[in-house]
Amino acid sequence: MAKVVTEHDYARGVEVLRNQIDAKIASYLSSCVGCGLCAEACLFYTETGDARYTPIYKVEPMRRLWHREQTVAGKLAKAFGFGRDLTEEDFAEWQEMTYDSCTLCGRCSMVCPVGNDIAYMIRKQREAFSAAGYSPPGLQGASQRALEIGSPMGVTWKALSAQIGHVERATGLTIPVDVQGADYMTLFSSMEIMNFPEYIEAVARIFDAAGVSWTVSSKAFEATNSGIQIGSSEIARELVSRVVDAAEGLGCKHVISPECGHAYTAIRWDGPNLIGRPYEFEVVHILELLDQLRQQGRLETEGFDERNLTFHDPCQIVRRGGVEEPPRNLLNMVAPNFKEMPDHGKMNWCCGGGGGLSANEEAHDLRTTVFKVKKRQLEATGVETMITACANCRIVMEEALEHYEMPVVIEGVTELLAAHLKPKAGKTETAATE
Amino acid sequence: MFLEFVEGPLWYASVVIFLVGIAIRFYEILARGVKPDLAVPRTDGTAGALRTIVSRSWTAKGFSSGAVFHLVAGYMFHIGLFVLLFFAAPHIVFIEERILGFGWTAAPHWVFITAANLAFAGLILLWLRRVMHPVMRKISTFDDHAAAWLTFIVMFTGCMALLEGHDFLRALHMLSVCVLMIYFPFSRLMHAFTFVLSRGYTGAVMGRKGVQA
Repeated sequence: MAKVVTEHDYARGVEVLRNQIDAKIASYLSSCVGCGLCAEACLFYTETGDARYTPIYKVEPMRRLWHREQTVAGKLAKAFGFGRDLTEEDFAEWQEMTYDSCTLCGRCSMVCPVGNDIAYMIRKQREAFSAAGYSPPGLQGASQRALEIGSPMGVTWKALSAQIGHVERATGLTIPVDVQGADYMTLFSSMEIMNFPEYIEAVARIFDAAGVSWTVSSKAFEATNSGIQIGSSEIARELVSRVVDAAEGLGCKHVISPECGHAYTAIRWDGPNLIGRPYEFEVVHILELLDQLRQQGRLETEGFDERNLTFHDPCQIVRRGGVEEPPRNLLNMVAPNFKEMPDHGKMNWCCGGGGGLSANEEAHDLRTTVFKVKKRQLEATGVETMITACANCRIVMEEALEHYEMPVVIEGVTELLAAHLKPKAGKTETAATE
Repeated sequence: MFLEFVEGPLWYASVVIFLVGIAIRFYEILARGVKPDLAVPRTDGTAGALRTIVSRSWTAKGFSSGAVFHLVAGYMFHIGLFVLLFFAAPHIVFIEERILGFGWTAAPHWVFITAANLAFAGLILLWLRRVMHPVMRKISTFDDHAAAWLTFIVMFTGCMALLEGHDFLRALHMLSVCVLMIYFPFSRLMHAFTFVLSRGYTGAVMGRKGVQA
């Protein structure tokens, strides 16, 4: 089993960092002219004015190592005794910049004039910091629970089973579990299971109405991946493998990524590269699937939600995931007064809790401070209802809204659609059991 | 004698170091390799790479107002320098006689003067921002200052060299050009070539995800 490193070993970190520098990163470091424009796109800089939070400065250990060991100029400088190697103090100092002040939202990567994907670089730098034990205790704990229990929040199958029981009693539906050959295997995030079980109910009702053949796996129901957040490919690989083994074992054609940002990145984009082969199934985000059902005429709604509402684009689903149109298509079915925020879509501002910050207690105050940009976006829109598609964004923003005493309600897209689902004529039965 | 040296042996040595240095830098980058992406793409990565290589030349949406100064100064400098480098009459003559064997029409005098002013003003504004803005002070290296000053000296001596008939001034310009060319491959000036790789890599990844970056 993969291990969470808790003991400091900076030499190990240097070794891992050295191996993270691929051609992409070498080209990024070669192209960077130190223009500083990435700072103007990063909420940690714009909301604090702290120059240390300039995105490219956050990967300064990586730049120093690359320049010193992998460029002619750096090697010459080293030979003549100029400069210095990375030290333990560097790791201690940059832990905050690597974890606490970056949500891996990738907004900086969208504005860099030379095209540097700085979020990718920080993700890679996290590999070194996690291997060296310089990672936040909150993320270490979440990763440990994910490995040992199967969920970063310690949610067990029994806990999900209990929630499923509640949903079945509330809806009169049967949630299919471990159904061999179902078309879709559905994942949930711990946050949804414990904080927003209405998502599970919404999925069950919509799939029943649309006649979707689906199942939940008792062996792998957790969508989140702490390995991606702490920056350990070893941990991430093990967590992805559990899902892959379960889905391929059940013979499912698709795996559904739920309303969770980084879970989508983990299973859709990073997963095949982590396990070293393409999947035998296709990954689809719940928003993509719902939009497909809409196009096929299988998702029928009735009535409208007349509230003035807006949509918060989760970074990993929209900017880093490419699922931008589906939530808007779906909202247009039921929300005539839907209004976009300034900088919406792929340039939306992060909730402040992505990239593991929601599990990082040390970053709590900073997270609340940087929410000011979301506050301004909401005030400019003038709505009191915000729809989103990420349970992590939702819990982080709900807490911040309480802090700033803003009367804004947050709901999920799937939940909103389920509330307007056209009643199914005749017998209700899940397609998986038909 | 001095002019003959800088336009002869030093120029050729500079060209060799410039070209070999750039080749080494590209080798340093490309030799590190990139693992193939095994995730099923949503759209074509090549198209995404090509799009981003072009699109990042235009200002992206989503900056805060603090970026305006740098963006304006950046465009002034780069556009001005491009016009000076490739459309100033003496440069075209030099390129025709010493490098390519053919030339093209030079920019009108008023365009040349405007470009020179834009390039000088842009470069000075960018350097002032580098020494005054807290973010820029934090991320700037010796190389950033050296590159800015070398570029300034090349442009300044270039203006001086316009005084035709003064061989020493022309030699001074050529000397500074040679120094810049020798320094170029080992500095952040390499972005003039490697931007194609960095934009391309990111554009390909984002293109595969269906994101127009």
